[in-house]
Amino acid sequence: MGEPLIYTYDIDGEDFTRAGEASSSVKNRLKMLGVDSAAIRKTAIAMYEGEINMVIHADGGTITVIISDDAITMVLADRGPGIPDIEKAMQEGYSTARPEVRSLGFGAGMGLPNMKRFTDEMKIDTVIGQGTTITMKVYLHSDGL
Amino acid sequence: MDSNKFIRSVRLRESACRGCINCIKNCPTQAIRVHNGKAHIIDKFCIDCGRCIRYCPHHAKIAVYDPLSVINDFKYAVALPAPSLYAQYNNLANVDIVLNALLKLGFDDVYEVSAAAELVSEASREYIREHMDEAPFISSACPSVIRLIRVKFPSLISRLLPIKAPVEVAAEIARARAMKKTGLKPEEIGIIFISPCPSKVSYAKAPLGIEKSSIDNVVAIKDIYPLLLPHMKHDESQLKPLSHSGRIGIGWSNAGGEVAGLLVENYLAADGIVNILRVLEQLEDEKLHGLTFVELNACDGGCAGGTLTVENAYIAATKTKRLTKYQPVSRNHLSENPELQSIYWADDVEYEPVFRLGNTFKESLRMMSDVEKLTAMFPGLDCGSCGAPTCQTLAEDIVRGDATPNDCIYVLRSNIAELSRRINDLTENVTAGKALSAEEDELLHRYIRELTADLASFGVPDKTKQRKE
Ligand SMILES: Nc1ncnc2c1ncn2[C@@H]1O[C@H](COP(=O)(O)OP(=O)(O)OP(=O)(O)O)[C@@H](O)[C@H]1O
Ligand code: SF4
Ligand code: SF4
Ligand SMILES: [Mg+2]
Repeated sequence: MGEPLIYTYDIDGEDFTRAGEASSSVKNRLKMLGVDSAAIRKTAIAMYEGEINMVIHADGGTITVIISDDAITMVLADRGPGIPDIEKAMQEGYSTARPEVRSLGFGAGMGLPNMKRFTDEMKIDTVIGQGTTITMKVYLHSDGL
Repeated sequence: MDSNKFIRSVRLRESACRGCINCIKNCPTQAIRVHNGKAHIIDKFCIDCGRCIRYCPHHAKIAVYDPLSVINDFKYAVALPAPSLYAQYNNLANVDIVLNALLKLGFDDVYEVSAAAELVSEASREYIREHMDEAPFISSACPSVIRLIRVKFPSLISRLLPIKAPVEVAAEIARARAMKKTGLKPEEIGIIFISPCPSKVSYAKAPLGIEKSSIDNVVAIKDIYPLLLPHMKHDESQLKPLSHSGRIGIGWSNAGGEVAGLLVENYLAADGIVNILRVLEQLEDEKLHGLTFVELNACDGGCAGGTLTVENAYIAATKTKRLTKYQPVSRNHLSENPELQSIYWADDVEYEPVFRLGNTFKESLRMMSDVEKLTAMFPGLDCGSCGAPTCQTLAEDIVRGDATPNDCIYVLRSNIAELSRRINDLTENVTAGKALSAEEDELLHRYIRELTADLASFGVPDKTKQRKE
């Protein structure tokens, strides 16, 4: 097994317009690696949703992406307020987004459910007042190549 | 692999190229490199968008296309004028003036691409209605857009509208009609497109969505435009009524023209390669919601902004509006064109993973790891002096075996500094009166050889030679 590729991105909590840059950069690298488009799509969507959540709800943070032979692992760590009730937050339609954020088209409460749907594994570690770390995995089919 | 697949019509005029690197950063697919003072285009990366033609200050990038004399190769030649041809002329009140001038110029007949465009609009409306659940669809009329999608956006290939481009439909109908009218064999008839862009030149040789194009040759609007002028000043009552297209068809020449013929409400129309790249990224990430149709034109302002046109694209748009103001909406219907066998694509467009580093995922992963290490070694200035558009592309080229780290002048400079330091250390011993050991002498010679080679690799272009031109 070769050494994995590791990328780290700092996510600016202030800037909506830049959200998506990190997922776009990962997407381009995955294309250069020849990862199949279904896995690229899943990774890009899940990562973008996570990235946006960090901007909207947690004032930014860090994303680490690890690409290895068998999976793409994304670790999204922030020092935001934490999620008090994970089960509730995971429900489709649940959102605490502020009105001004909603007016920008966010806040449908679909981010976390989509992250779960588009990834093969997802784990949320959160401590109130300290922050949230979400780890997601997209499996890569080992095609024997 | 089909070697024809990556054929392109944008080429370098080597004698004019100064190696100034202005073009490399403006290529949307990073297809250009400058080596030894000359630019070259990597075929399989190039999508024929023509942007480098605009950005080269020395006119070293050119489009290749056919001369008008190709009409002599056929017994019967039919002109297919793109609607953008009409918008080149000032105060044109009647399309027939242009079409009649084409006959005077030597064509035996004309068939307007705008007439076929109305058939494409009709087929698109039907297709979209029947496949609403698969929306959004992406327009497939601009070959550069299809080529961009096929190398960079594999997940969007299935969104391309599987309908032939208006020019292809026009070519098929024109040939069938000419055969019927003249009784000639298909190869005796020349179907000649008057094109606004080099992208369609390549399309005619390597079509997308079908195996072989019905277009025989492609000439440039900018060549034909002045030749028609002398034939355009005659009595309007003498004109043969040749034009048979309406507002929808002629409107295709400008950005937004295609969607205007679709009668869909939720659409997006983007033009200019930078804008369409952004739209494709967003479509890929599903960040755009509720769209039915996405019209994309690689050129600013749509086809009228192609590199083979003369008029400013935005002025052309106004002229088109004026020209079509009193035209009927549409004058062509599929049911009246039985000679058209099928308006749909016969072949699938397939993903071409030209940017993939290795042949397998594991190999690519290893190579990517080398790319990252090299990129970290470079200064990150993306200065272009190495001939690659960014430090990362240089790293990719090195890993692919097409460049060396010394192509980076910063790496080269530090290598030179290091070698000079070593040489200095050794020779200081000599000046201090100590003799060099045999080993040291050997080392000194090696460093000098390496330094000479490094300095030679600077590849400074020969100034004297360029001034003579
Ligand atoms: N990183 C985070 N830190 C703190 N709270 C979070 C974080 N991510 C999500 N949440 C909470 O979980 C809720 C649901 O998140 P989810 O992404 O599903 O919806 P949303 O962001 O509100 O809306 P949408 O993603 O549809 O724009 C959020 O409204 C917020 O209260
Ligand atoms: S812009 Fe490109 S093609 Fe034109 S002279 Fe400079 S390097 Fe050569
Ligand atoms: S035609 Fe477009 S894609 Fe091809 S080299 Fe020029 S700028 Fe790049
Ligand atoms: Mg969200």
